[in-house]
Amino acid sequence: MPGGPPSVGKVHELAITESIVDAIVEKIGDGPVAAVRLEIGRLSGVVTDSIRFCFEIVAGGTGLEGARLDIDEPSGRAYCRNCRLEFTLDDPIMLCDCGSADLDVLAGRELRIISVEVR
Amino acid sequence: MCSTCGCGGEDGSTRVTLVDGHTHDHTHDHDHAHDHPHDHGTRTVLLEQDILAKNDLLAAATRHRLTEHAITAINLMSSPGSGKTTLLERTITDLDGRRETLVIEGDQETWLDAQRIRSTGSKVVQINTGAGCHLDAQMLDRGLAELAPPDGSLVFVENVGNLVCPALFDLGEAARVVIISVTEGADKPAKYPYMFRTADLVLLNKIDLLPYVDFDVDLCLELIHRVKPDVELLPVSATRGDGLDAWHDWLANRSSAAAPRSEYPRRG
Repeated sequence: MPGGPPSVGKVHELAITESIVDAIVEKIGDGPVAAVRLEIGRLSGVVTDSIRFCFEIVAGGTGLEGARLDIDEPSGRAYCRNCRLEFTLDDPIMLCDCGSADLDVLAGRELRIISVEVR
Repeated sequence: MCSTCGCGGEDGSTRVTLVDGHTHDHTHDHDHAHDHPHDHGTRTVLLEQDILAKNDLLAAATRHRLTEHAITAINLMSSPGSGKTTLLERTITDLDGRRETLVIEGDQETWLDAQRIRSTGSKVVQINTGAGCHLDAQMLDRGLAELAPPDGSLVFVENVGNLVCPALFDLGEAARVVIISVTEGADKPAKYPYMFRTADLVLLNKIDLLPYVDFDVDLCLELIHRVKPDVELLPVSATRGDGLDAWHDWLANRSSAAAPRSEYPRRG
């Protein structure tokens, strides 16, 4: 997180985690869930450690309690409009080697629920 | 529609159209049966949805409604203490009733900022987020229902002072303005790139204090442009008035051209 290490306060990861749990419960009901697969890109601004921390708390008392959290973290990929090259990057300060910041971000900003394993 | 995961488009509640332009390059076919038990006694249900889908859908609905009513909503974001409330007081006073201006104040606690805005004569709604560190689309929706802004009006949304969390949440605003002041570090755009990347405009505030502080304006501007090359930048002093004509011009250009149709729906 650019703002420092994860804290136990209501960081945005808590709101994100609440959205994850709400969306899953809304979709599949209260049935027990064994695992949740998420996709959180490395340029998304969301810290996966914080999501894991919050998930234990938010999932408590729901069908997701104790579920395993599998998180895919796709790397960032960008296209430089200046030198017309595509390259990977994981730094939120996005610069091409040519020095240009005029980039199209192609991947790395994902914030998605992929699937759940239902018991 | 797939009976297990609901994909296929009929279930409008969670099968959503992405609004962030993200396209997934993997296939989404469902030739396999979903109900086959795996060896470990579980079955996989594909959801394939944006985590913030609910927020983004509500934000899109708010944006559409505001546009229909020619209401311009501006989301103001910054660190605590950058001068957001002072800028708003000054902006409302300068507008002097030429355009009805209303404010939604977001703070964790207290009505202090709302009371300051109220003393300008402007209608204001306070949203206290409690432990929350940002406004989201639902909070703005509730705030607007309470505020009931008239057609053609200007609505400022003063987000919770925080350069991290508000970056991720679309509220349905017409534009996002990030304020940084010269009493902060000039390297903030590099430290909080997610926030600056969402900005339509960056205001560099408190420039009247430049002779007294060690703030490298060129470095700050360079860092902002590195994070977002095409963002507009305006140096201002909300207390002394420098640069505010350009700020008012920017606001006027951001105003919706749509014709007002009916009263903004007020809840309950």
